[in-house]
Amino acid sequence: MATYSTNEFKKGLKLIIDGDPCNIVENEMVKPGKGQAFNRVRLKNLKTGRTWDKTYKSGESVEAADVMDVDMEYLYADGEFWHFMDPNTYEQIPASADAVEEAKLWLKEQDKCIITLWNDVPLTVTPPNFVELDVAETDPGLKGDTAQGGTKPATLSTGAVVRVPLFINEGDTLKIDTRTGEYVSRA
Amino acid sequence: MIAQTGSDPAGLTSVTAYKQLEKRARVLSLIRQFFVEKQVLEVETPLLGRYPVTDPQLDNLRVENPFPLNITNATDWLYLQTSPEVAMKKLLVLGSGSIYQLAKAFRQDAPGRLHSVEFTLLEWYRVGGGIEELIDDLTNLLEKIIGPLPVEKISYREAFIQYAGIDPFTATIVELKNQAKKHIDVSFDGDRDIWLDLLLTHLVEPKLGVNRLTFIYDYPKSQAAMAKLSKDKDGYEVAKRFELYVNGVELANGYHELTDPVELAQRFKIDNERRQSLGKPVCNLDVDFLAALETGMPDCSGVAVGLDRLMLLV
Repeated sequence: MATYSTNEFKKGLKLIIDGDPCNIVENEMVKPGKGQAFNRVRLKNLKTGRTWDKTYKSGESVEAADVMDVDMEYLYADGEFWHFMDPNTYEQIPASADAVEEAKLWLKEQDKCIITLWNDVPLTVTPPNFVELDVAETDPGLKGDTAQGGTKPATLSTGAVVRVPLFINEGDTLKIDTRTGEYVSRA
Repeated sequence: MIAQTGSDPAGLTSVTAYKQLEKRARVLSLIRQFFVEKQVLEVETPLLGRYPVTDPQLDNLRVENPFPLNITNATDWLYLQTSPEVAMKKLLVLGSGSIYQLAKAFRQDAPGRLHSVEFTLLEWYRVGGGIEELIDDLTNLLEKIIGPLPVEKISYREAFIQYAGIDPFTATIVELKNQAKKHIDVSFDGDRDIWLDLLLTHLVEPKLGVNRLTFIYDYPKSQAAMAKLSKDKDGYEVAKRFELYVNGVELANGYHELTDPVELAQRFKIDNERRQSLGKPVCNLDVDFLAALETGMPDCSGVAVGLDRLMLLV
């Protein structure tokens, strides 16, 4: 079993805590003037998404999570699984609904995503920071409204709903920032 | 892990380095002026010593002596000081009177917002008087550097009762542990001092020194380090020690210094036993220091102020 000692702790390190893979979000050392040093760590459970604080005594060892990030291309969804392919080996792997929970509204075929694998099973899927998606449905924009900077909801081909300027029409292709879920521009 | 630590206490690599150094020079000059007026002698002591510190929570950096004194094959290590405390106490024994030093110190601490392997201490010994007088003098010095701030003095015990909701002197280990676990997610176990340190750093310290100087005094006997023991107002045996906090940051650590060589040798022995239980190397005792104390160290109080932390407040 690989382990990390607290003096190897840093942001982004992946640990197993109570059987779940977790990510170190923040790590701070606290030490009273003449006493025991501690690592106060903010952790994110990569399965549940929960974030919480935990403290370690400096020198403690924690089990390392066999987690790695790989670039993969999104292929298709079959209703149960979302399928991704390694563009170098053409190897395909299915990701569960839990793994794509936060990404599924931004997934477009052939887009390159980051798949976080835990024991070779997809744990989370991170879409590209920017994606280009078509508008499936939106109310027609009224002429003359373009200068007022108003917005309206638009439903994209993936089912995502974003606020867009009034001049956007059905069939337009939009650039979206997936980190905020916000409209950036017409593509 | 030391090789990869960016030890840069003065922020010398930052783009604002020049401004920071100007500010630092001004503070150093104010400190020296303060001590000139008080007729306290500035001293300089060696950074490299023959003995490591015994304190179980401190670890020296060491270098190999290129000119070993011994003729065995064992490496002759020289230790970078974790503080100039022992070297300055040797001067006190020689009759130096009150002294101070602006000294570099080195510790194997994981670097962080408030920690660096290399840092600067203002170390100051005031001959005659206890920690009360030293606290007053230190308050005057700090006023010259960071301006006037309200002063609060609260005992370690009162601070725990107020902020951690538990009496650190009467609670059992199990009670301390339960109280800590109510607020903090931990998986380790430990002795009484570990739970006290955990409650202190997580629940008490963040509440201390809010826009004021908060002095915590009368520490548990088990955390006396090199401070004298005495009875507090309720009859509990306490260490005559204080720590100064400003906005949650520990800025200074002071003792009414223990001068009894027999008791000090006993504490070094206990330190080494703790080091052993922590899996750390046992330290050779500084026999020169213990011998010097035999000839008599004057009654004095001493304080170490973290200069790099002080600069954060300027």
